[in-house]
Parts: sequence; structure tokens; C-alpha cells
Amino acid sequence: MSAGAGTDRSAVDRRTRGFRAALTRIYAAFIKELLQLRRDRITFATMIFIPLTQLLLFGYAINTDPKHLPTAVLIQDESSFSRSFVAAMQVSEYFDIRTRATSEEDLDHLILSGRVQFGVQIPAHFGRDLIRGERPAILVVADASDPVAAGGAVAALQGLTTIVFSRDLIGPVASRAPQELPFELRIHRRYNPAGETRLNIVPGLMGTILTLTMLIFTALSVTREVERGTMESLLSMPIRPVEIMLGKIAPYLVVGGLQAGLILGAAKLLFGVPVVGSLGLLVVLTLLFILANLSVGYTFSTIAKSQLQAMQMSFFFFLPNILLSGFMFPFRGMPDWAQAVGEILPLTHYLRIVRGIMLKGATFVDLQVDVLALGLFTLAAMGLAVARFRQTLD
Amino acid sequence: MTGAIATRAAEVPDIVIDVQGLTKSFGGRPVVKNLSMQVHRGLIYGFLGPNGSGKTTTLRMLCGLLTPGSGHGTCLGYDILTQSAEIKRHVGYMTQRFSLYADLSVRENLEFVARVYNLDDPHAAADSAIRRLGLENRASQLAGELSGGWKQRLALGACILPGPELLLLDEPTAGVDPKARRDFWDEIHTLAHQGMTVLVSTHYMDEAERCHEIAYIAYGELLAQGTVDEVIAHAHLATYIVTGPDLAELAERLKAMDGVDMVAPFGTALHVSGRDRARLDAATKDLREQGPQVWSPGEATLEDVFIDLMSRTKDNFA
Ligand SMILES: Nc1ncnc2c1ncn2[C@@H]1O[C@H](COP(=O)(O)OP(=O)(O)OP(=O)(O)O)[C@@H](O)[C@H]1O
Ligand SMILES: [Mg+2]
Repeated sequence: MSAGAGTDRSAVDRRTRGFRAALTRIYAAFIKELLQLRRDRITFATMIFIPLTQLLLFGYAINTDPKHLPTAVLIQDESSFSRSFVAAMQVSEYFDIRTRATSEEDLDHLILSGRVQFGVQIPAHFGRDLIRGERPAILVVADASDPVAAGGAVAALQGLTTIVFSRDLIGPVASRAPQELPFELRIHRRYNPAGETRLNIVPGLMGTILTLTMLIFTALSVTREVERGTMESLLSMPIRPVEIMLGKIAPYLVVGGLQAGLILGAAKLLFGVPVVGSLGLLVVLTLLFILANLSVGYTFSTIAKSQLQAMQMSFFFFLPNILLSGFMFPFRGMPDWAQAVGEILPLTHYLRIVRGIMLKGATFVDLQVDVLALGLFTLAAMGLAVARFRQTLD
Repeated sequence: MTGAIATRAAEVPDIVIDVQGLTKSFGGRPVVKNLSMQVHRGLIYGFLGPNGSGKTTTLRMLCGLLTPGSGHGTCLGYDILTQSAEIKRHVGYMTQRFSLYADLSVRENLEFVARVYNLDDPHAAADSAIRRLGLENRASQLAGELSGGWKQRLALGACILPGPELLLLDEPTAGVDPKARRDFWDEIHTLAHQGMTVLVSTHYMDEAERCHEIAYIAYGELLAQGTVDEVIAHAHLATYIVTGPDLAELAERLKAMDGVDMVAPFGTALHVSGRDRARLDAATKDLREQGPQVWSPGEATLEDVFIDLMSRTKDNFA
């Protein structure tokens, strides 16, 4: 055997041995972190509790398309048209007809006092005028001080008119059919025909909940060691910054995965949100997203001087995630600069991924740009963390 | 592990710590100044000095936890400025403040250390450490729930576990009872006998006297080093031991006198020392002859020497 081959082989041997040794050290940090996590009852409870409560709270509370809005009607025309119109309103679920107003003043008062959100007035001779083709008007007074709340209902009402009257206007009056009616608005919402916000919100909530919890877990991990004084020991041992980082992040990847599973399960059971696309793809990409946030948190942890600072940094990062990712406001509706900021945030890409897979059945090919963005983001954050990690106590 | 030490022993130079001109400042304030020291292999080297004198800072520089502002040197033959990764592999550093994981059990802490040092069988290594430390009954107790003395023992055990060649112990026996302290020192001596070098900081005089060599540092400056006898002899401190009534009153009077540099009560006696025997004798002549106390010439103790050294540097700084 030539001397050259011998050194080659021993170099390779040394490298594989070095790699194994590094894996062992990562494993050491992983086990240590996992044990600490298990001992920390509060954190452990938080991990289960936070996602569930947030999901329940926001899943039910945030509803930009509310139904059963209190409504008053003033019927001045006792015709079959009026009756079927009111019945249809009730059936639509948007309107909860609480009162019959006795006069126009009464109706005004009901709205002004906030007791109802809608007032519907069917004027006298409505049925007769309709048959005569005089295009009578139904007056709808909406309390638009909460425009979002009213929007869906108004749209529903407009749609309703077309349906109701196409049913009643038969025989001789069939020529007065819907196409001639003054307003006709078709509600057409792709992927969410009922306009149910939950379908849109719940996958988004999964992203925001994971962002918050993952950030905080790792943001505290290094600063905690510094504050408890254990960093001094750790740094005096032969473990490298990369190994510490991977060992510290890994347990939370598991935790994050469990959390995501919990949210997905609840989304299906409680809100009936489907997963149209591949569940496997969703799981893999969710783990990538979790990793991205863990890396950011860890980076904060290497920069912050105390746990409090690390928390503040996390929230500073969390806010734009909520506001500029398309979770709170439609992404395409934001100004260009805000969209540019949004493109940097992991949640923006994850929202496209999670909504894409769960609601639209998107595949990997459809999502590859977002996956790439998440991957690059994660690597950049990890690189920064390793570079920033203070290996001495200076 | 002893095998590993033996094979390396041939490569390790006889001088385990060899540093020159180490300086460290925090925020512009120097806390270690131009410190040079040499520690030979197999020695127990005591590191003494008042609070805030820079002992911990020096130990941290030796094991790569702090970067010296200036100065250079080697630890186990590795450059302290550039080879701290190698140094960490072969040095066991026991911190002044307990720094193992309070929320891990004794066994879990030891296994963690064993894995980080890539020992072949972490479980077995932890087992034998637990047995050696006499912690069998407490193996599954959380480290944070141990008493102070047991914590110190565990910390020492964790340091020794990977079989280092050099131990840096920062006040390892602070708050430990006398019996445990003796056991601790017996253990350290055994280790030194097996070839381990130990640099240990302490505030206890009796521990200083158990060291092969000592160094005294105050205000960041190394003021004395050598064996205990050398340090005492080098101080040239003339001392009287005074017994009898009203010692407290006498002490007050003596402190004000020129030529008397140090007055310290030791039990029922008073140690009166001066750097210049002639001046001390002259100053105390009347008192010695009149009584009622009994004055007898004595040897300065290590503590006398340290207190004197400290007051001298304080004078320099004032
Ligand atoms: N990280 C730091 N930042 C700023 N000042 C520091 C730092 N570490 C130590 N010091 C200062 O350096 C000086 C020396 O501290 P050091 O801990 O080395 O003393 P010590 O001899 O170990 O004291 P003790 O006997 O009380 O443990 C002190 O005045 C301390 O306040
Ligand atoms: Mg100290």
C-alpha cells in the first residue's frame, strides 16, 4: 500500500470518527434539552394549552362573515311576495328577525339604538307594483358602522332577491323574472363557497400559533443558560456552537410537530377544515416552517443579553408576521413596500403553503418557490446564530 | 481513562501551565495585570487572594472562557489564544458558582458530560462516578435539590469524569463541612498522585497549606508564589505572639504605632508583626517589658503574610 493511500484512508477515518463524535455531542444536548423540557411542567402545559386555546378563541371569535345578525322588518304590504321574502331571509342564516317594526320611525329607532343591525322595509303595494312591472324597491337599512360585519349579509340579501322572486314570479308574471331586477349580485367565492372565514382563518391560525410558540421556546434557550450560570460549564466543555444549536432545536422540532398535529386534528374535528391536498406534504413543509421559526428564535437567543430581551425581540418579530403576512389583511391588498417586507417573513410563505395544501390541493410543484424561500430563510438564520454565538464570557 | 492520560503524558510538557504577562480588563478597568505563572505537572497549586482580586478571571483565561487582553502562554502545551478547543478537551473546569443543570438528576448530568466528551459508555462512566462520589442513594435526585456540599462534590465528579490532565477548581470547598472538605482534599491529592495537575483557588489557609505550591494575587497582581515556607520566608515578617489580659485594648494601641504593620487576634493570642524587625522591636519595647501581657517571639503564619501583602498593595493603590 502506498503511503499516499494510507494517509488518505486515515484522513477519511478521522473525518467519519469526527462526524460520529459530533453526532454524539448533538445527541447529548438533545437528550439534556428534552429532559429539561419534560421537567418544566409549565412550559409543557403551555405547549398543549396555547395552541388549543388560541385555536378555539380565534377560530370561533374571528369571523369576518358573521351570521344571525339581529334584524327588524317593517312589512307594509301583506302579499305572498313579502311573506316569502321574509321567510327566505330567515333561511339564509344571515338574519335573525327579532322584531316587526310598526312604523318607519320605529324602524329607525331600532337601528339607531343598536338593537338590530338591519332594517328591512317592504313598502305598501309592493306585490301589486311588482306584478304591474313598476319595479318597486325594498328598502334595506344596514348599520354599516361595522362594515365588515354587514358586508356578507348585504351580499346575501342581494342574492336572495333573485332567488325568491324567480320562484314567485311564475305564470303571467314570469316575464318579470330576475334579470330585470335592479340588483343582482352573485356571491362567488372560490374554494370557500359559503364564504366561511373559518376555512381561511384556521390554517392561518396554525401558522401564527406555531410562529409564536416556536419563537419563544428557542428564544429563551441560550439566554436561560446564561442567566442560570450553566453556560459557563457548557462553554468549558468541548462542544461546538453548531452542535449546541442543533441539539437545542431538535427537541422543539418534535414538540412543534406534535403541536401542529394537535391543531390539524382540532381544525378537522371542530371546524371541519378539510385537507384537500397531500397530508404528507403538509406535514413535511410544516416541519420546515417550524424549523425556520426555531432558528429565528435561537438567533435572538444568541443576540439577547437576557430572557426579557429575547422575549421582546420575539414579539418584535411576531408582529409583522401577523400584520404583513396576509394573515390579517389580504396580501395583495397591501402596499408594495409592505409586500416586500412580507416576502421575507416565514409566515407569508407558510400561509401560501398551508392554505394551498389544505384548501386548494396544491402540490409541491405549485409551492416550490415558497418552500425555497423557507429553506433559505432557515439556513440564513442558523448561519447567523452560529456566527453570533458567544464562545467566551467576554 | 487512565490509559488515555498515560499515553498523552509523554507528549505533555512537564510545565502544564506556562503563561506570561496575562492582562484582562473589563470596561477599561484592569482586573488581572501582567500575570505570569508556571505550574508543574502533578502539583497541587493553590491560588489565593481577596475577593475580586482576579482569581476567577485568571482561571477563565486559562481554559479559554475569556480572551486575554494581552499576554500569551500555553496550557498543557496548547496555545491559550488559538487552541482553546484542544484545551477544553483536556481540562476540567469547576466553576465557582454551581453550573450543572439544576433540573437534571445527578445521573443525567453526569451522562450529559460523558456524552459531550465522547466517552465510550456514558452510562457506565456515570455509574462509576456516582460510586466514587458516594452518591448512589442520590443518583436520581435533581442536582438542584442537593445540599451545598453535595453539589460541590457532584461538580468535582463531573469535572473528573472525562479524565482531564489539568483541573481548574474555583473555590471548590466554599460552604463545605470540615469532614467533606478533608475528603475533598484527600481525593485531590490522590488525583495529583496519579499525575493530574490541579490549580485550585481558595480562601482557606489550611487548604493553602495542603498545596504543594501557592500563588497570592491581590488587585490583579501576583504578589507571591512558591511553597508555603518560601512565601512565608520571603515576606520577612517579624512576629510576636502576645497572650494575657486586655488584648483588644492592646491591639488598638498597637495598630496606631509606627513599625507595627499588622495586628491580628488568633484565638486567645494576638499576632503582632512588622516588616522591619528593628523598628518593630523599638516600637514595642516598653510594652514588652512592662506587661501585663506576655510577649514571645513567634513565626509569622501564612495568614499574617497574606494580610500584610494585601495591606501593602492597598497602600500602593491608595
Ligand atoms: N464579566 C465581567 N464583567 C465586568 N467585570 C467583571 C467580570 N468578571 C469579573 N469582573 C470584575 O473583575 C474583578 C475580578 O473578579 P474575579 O471574579 O476574577 O475575582 P475573584 O478573585 O474570583 O473573587 P472572589 O474571591 O470573590 O471569587 C472583580 O472586580 C469583578 O467585578
Ligand atoms: Mg472568584
